[in-house]
Formats: sequence, structure tokens, C-alpha cells
Amino acid sequence: MLEESPSQLEGLSDEVKTGTTIIAIAFQGGVVLGSDSRVSAGEAVVNRVMNKLSPLHDKIYCALSGSAADAQTMAEIVNYQLDVHSIEVGEDPLVRSAATLVKNISYKYKEELSAHLIVAGWDRRGGGQVYVTLDGLLSKQPFAIGGSGSSYIYGFVDAEYRKGMSRRECQEFVVNALTLAMGRDGSSGGVAYVVTIDQDGAEEKCILGNKLPIFFDE
Amino acid sequence: MAVEFDGGVVIGADSRTTTGAYVANRVTDKLTPIHHSIFCCRSGSAADTQAIADAVTYQLGFHGIELNEPPLVQTAANLFREMCYRYREELMAGIIVAGWDRRRGGQVYTVPVGGMLTRQPVCVGGSGSSYIYGFVDSSYRAGMSKDDCLQFTAQALSLAMERDGSSGGVVRLAVISENGVERHVITGK
Repeated sequence: MLEESPSQLEGLSDEVKTGTTIIAIAFQGGVVLGSDSRVSAGEAVVNRVMNKLSPLHDKIYCALSGSAADAQTMAEIVNYQLDVHSIEVGEDPLVRSAATLVKNISYKYKEELSAHLIVAGWDRRGGGQVYVTLDGLLSKQPFAIGGSGSSYIYGFVDAEYRKGMSRRECQEFVVNALTLAMGRDGSSGGVAYVVTIDQDGAEEKCILGNKLPIFFDE
Repeated sequence: MAVEFDGGVVIGADSRTTTGAYVANRVTDKLTPIHHSIFCCRSGSAADTQAIADAVTYQLGFHGIELNEPPLVQTAANLFREMCYRYREELMAGIIVAGWDRRRGGQVYTVPVGGMLTRQPVCVGGSGSSYIYGFVDSSYRAGMSKDDCLQFTAQALSLAMERDGSSGGVVRLAVISENGVERHVITGK
């Protein structure tokens, strides 16, 4: 009889989760999205450079958190649905449309899925917008945080967020928030991916671990 | 939460005790004196922490009489740790011990669930603490003055109380230094 060691079995049965930190914030003229890059299966890090900011359309991105498989599948389905929709309508889709499509899937398959996507982008009608689709609700917010690491930065974002921040300030805000969360949450880490979307398009940036800001570390 | 500064410590806590969703006491005092210049911040099961604090107060008082001088904060912290570690399976208690003594000045020690003991310049604990790790990491600077520490603690506690359903009420603060203990309360107004 072949006997596998218990530790091997444990690793195989743990679901692959993007235990994560994701954040999105709107500014006048666009949005900034940020995420960490760690994908864990139990205690093992399965992918340390995964980009959790997934494009749904040219100027609409979503940030993935929760179960990796569920989140990726949702993003792919909505990407397809948005392409069809934008062809039918004949112009770029609204961020609200993308968010509604995500929300419809989240709500309908509430019991089976466990992923949370934050949808953010720029459109001509509303400028930069951020939508939260947690548990099947749809809510437009000035900024949003999500994922396991987000618990640790609620205080920080509540204290630091101000209305009317510039593009540069929003980018700094996102990088600082991600760094703090990655510092405290074991399921978040790696590098920080930042995407800035405005009327000219989307600009992706990757900030390596040693270039992240350093905070006081007790 | 507790913060060290040069010359003492600032400690703070919210004032909510809950049984499930009901707020059993909205004006609790979670800052408990253990000795003249040594306090503890209690979190976790109210019953457990009260019992532990009472026992340690007795032990420390006895020790202080034997020694014939004020006991050290480190001694108090160790007494907490002894009890929390020995009975770790039965207890649910997260305690922060903070105070001033002549040997080392202001000190903050944390004895979280499980019974480890470590000294830190800033400690946060309790259910609301998760939400303010980011804020504390970003805002704390070494060498803050007493007033800076008071402001920092009050702000951190307010942010946590805002987000955590099990935290709320008023902010209770205390400053412990060579001159004794100075208490403040910050209400909703």
C-alpha cells in the first residue's frame, strides 16, 4: 500500500485563493487601481507575481480577490459580454454597465462563487468611477478596498483619504495602502501592480518590493 | 492600545462590552490599574481578563511590599504572561501591560492570546485592532511627545471604533509617568 505523507495531501486539497489586497480610487478625470501579487494555496505561495488587475475593456479594469478560479472566470465572462455589448451599442461601454454585468453574475451565483471584484474605469459620461460588487450588490464609491489585506488598512484609508486628490496623490495613496496591507497580511505580498486609467487609456505599472515605501516597522 | 514616549506611556481603550450583538456596558473602563504606576489594557473575555487582573494585582502588591519599593513594569508583564501561558487553553485574554518605573522609564509590553510576552514601542489589541494596523504603521514615529501620543492614540481608537462593530462608546485615555496617572475621556462630542 502506498502511503502519502500527510503534508503532501494537505497542500493538494487547499483551494487556490487570491488572499489579497485590492484598492481602487477615483480622481477628477480617471481612476487608479492597485493590487498585490500573491496567490496562496493554504500556506504555500503558488504565484508570487500574479497581476490581479484584469482588463474588462480598454478603459475599464477590474481587481480580483477571493477564489482565484472564480474571479478569473467572472472577469473573462464579463470581458466577453462587454465586447458584445460595445459592438451592439457602437461605442465604448460605460463603467456602470461593466459593473452591472459583474454584479449580475455575483448575485445570481452568490452561493456557489466566492470572489469579489472591484470594477473601475473611465467613460465619457461619468469620468472616473469605482464600483463595488461585493456579495451581489452594486455601489458606486469614491474609493474601495477589498481582499483579506483590506481589514488592516481601513483605519489608514479612513484617515488619509481626502476628496479632490490629484492623479499623483491617488497613485501615492494606492501604493502606500498596498504596502501597509502587504506588511501585515500574510496572504498579501510580492510586488504592487498599479493601473491608472483616464481618457487617453490605461497605463500599467509594476512596483517591485524593494521600491515600495518603507514605514516604521516595530 | 498603548504607546511609549520619553518619560512615560499613553494608554487608551474604547468603552464597549458586548454579549453577542447587545452592548452590555457602553461606558466600560478597560484601563485597569495594577499598581500605582502600572496599568493594563484588557481585551477578549471580560470575565477572564478581570479575574487575571485581580490575581496579578494581588501578586504584584505582595511583591511590592516584600521588595519595599515600586515593582517593575516588566515584573507585572511577566506575572500576566505566567498566568496567560499556563492556562492558555482555558483563557481568552489579550492584555497590554504599560507603565512607568524608575529603572527603564515608560514601557509597553504585550501579552496576546496564547501567552507570549514582548516589549514594543506601540501595541494595539482587541477586535478593532486589525483595522488600524495600517494607520499605526504609517503614522507612528519614534520620539513623539506626550501630546503627540495622546492625539495619535485618540485618532487610532476613533478610526477603529468607526469600523469595528464590537468597539465603540467613548475613548478613555491615561498618561502614566513619573508624576503619576492622568486620565482623560473623549466623548462623542
